Amino acid sequence: MTILSVTAIALLSLGLFFFFAGTVGILRLPDFYSRLHAAGKCDSLAAVLIIVGIALYNIEPFSFEALLVSAKLLLIAVVVFVTSPTATHAITEAALVLGVKPWTKAERKRP
Amino acid sequence: MRDIYEHSAGEDLIIKTSVRLLVPFIQLFGLYVIVHGHYSPGGGFQGGVILGAAFILLALAYDMKTSQEYMTIRVNALFTNLGAAIFIGVGAVSAIFGGLFLDYAALNKLIPLGPIEWHSFGIFLVEVGVGFTVMSIMVLLYWNLSSSGTLDEGL
Repeated sequence: MTILSVTAIALLSLGLFFFFAGTVGILRLPDFYSRLHAAGKCDSLAAVLIIVGIALYNIEPFSFEALLVSAKLLLIAVVVFVTSPTATHAITEAALVLGVKPWTKAERKRP
Repeated sequence: MRDIYEHSAGEDLIIKTSVRLLVPFIQLFGLYVIVHGHYSPGGGFQGGVILGAAFILLALAYDMKTSQEYMTIRVNALFTNLGAAIFIGVGAVSAIFGGLFLDYAALNKLIPLGPIEWHSFGIFLVEVGVGFTVMSIMVLLYWNLSSSGTLDEGL
């Protein structure tokens, strides 16, 4: 158990926690926008945390091939961190243009 | 009813900016998939689809006119035919020099590199041709479908 393994395990666990929170949000929140809020934020952060954790775990016995693979994983993390919030924004804007009404406190429950 | 939720369709700053950031990297990745196709997963078709998706993303985030500024209809038709011509040409030339159709080892008589090197290089040439054709056909399909065949005004 080196310091790298401990950091990687901590990042993976944190990513799993955020994925779990996002899933609970998708299942439990009342309308489209709040479900998308949970899915977009939690999933992009969780994916980045898990990819960074895998990249740290991968360079444990150090070699340049492993370093190359970890660098590619970090590039994937950067791409996910740019594209996932943009996709969420695009879906939200499409829903607004189509006229999906946001949930308010006046209507307590929506079937 | 509630004006605050009224929102009109149109170009969006966030989507436009991130598409402008991403398109060069998508194209670079498409070229990597084409060129690296015979060592790793990928190849001409997959790389061509990624290259075409970059132009489709431009057309989605901006509009069709913008994507036609970067790839005009003439260039699109040129690429479509150029890719097919590269494919058929490599096959026919290798048939002319004494092999079968697409028998790259026969091209060794044209430029002596060695038969094994020609196997690798011939596959690379054919993949480049497939990539050109698939890229331009993908973009053309999107243009035709989203403008119902008129190619001037669409999403």
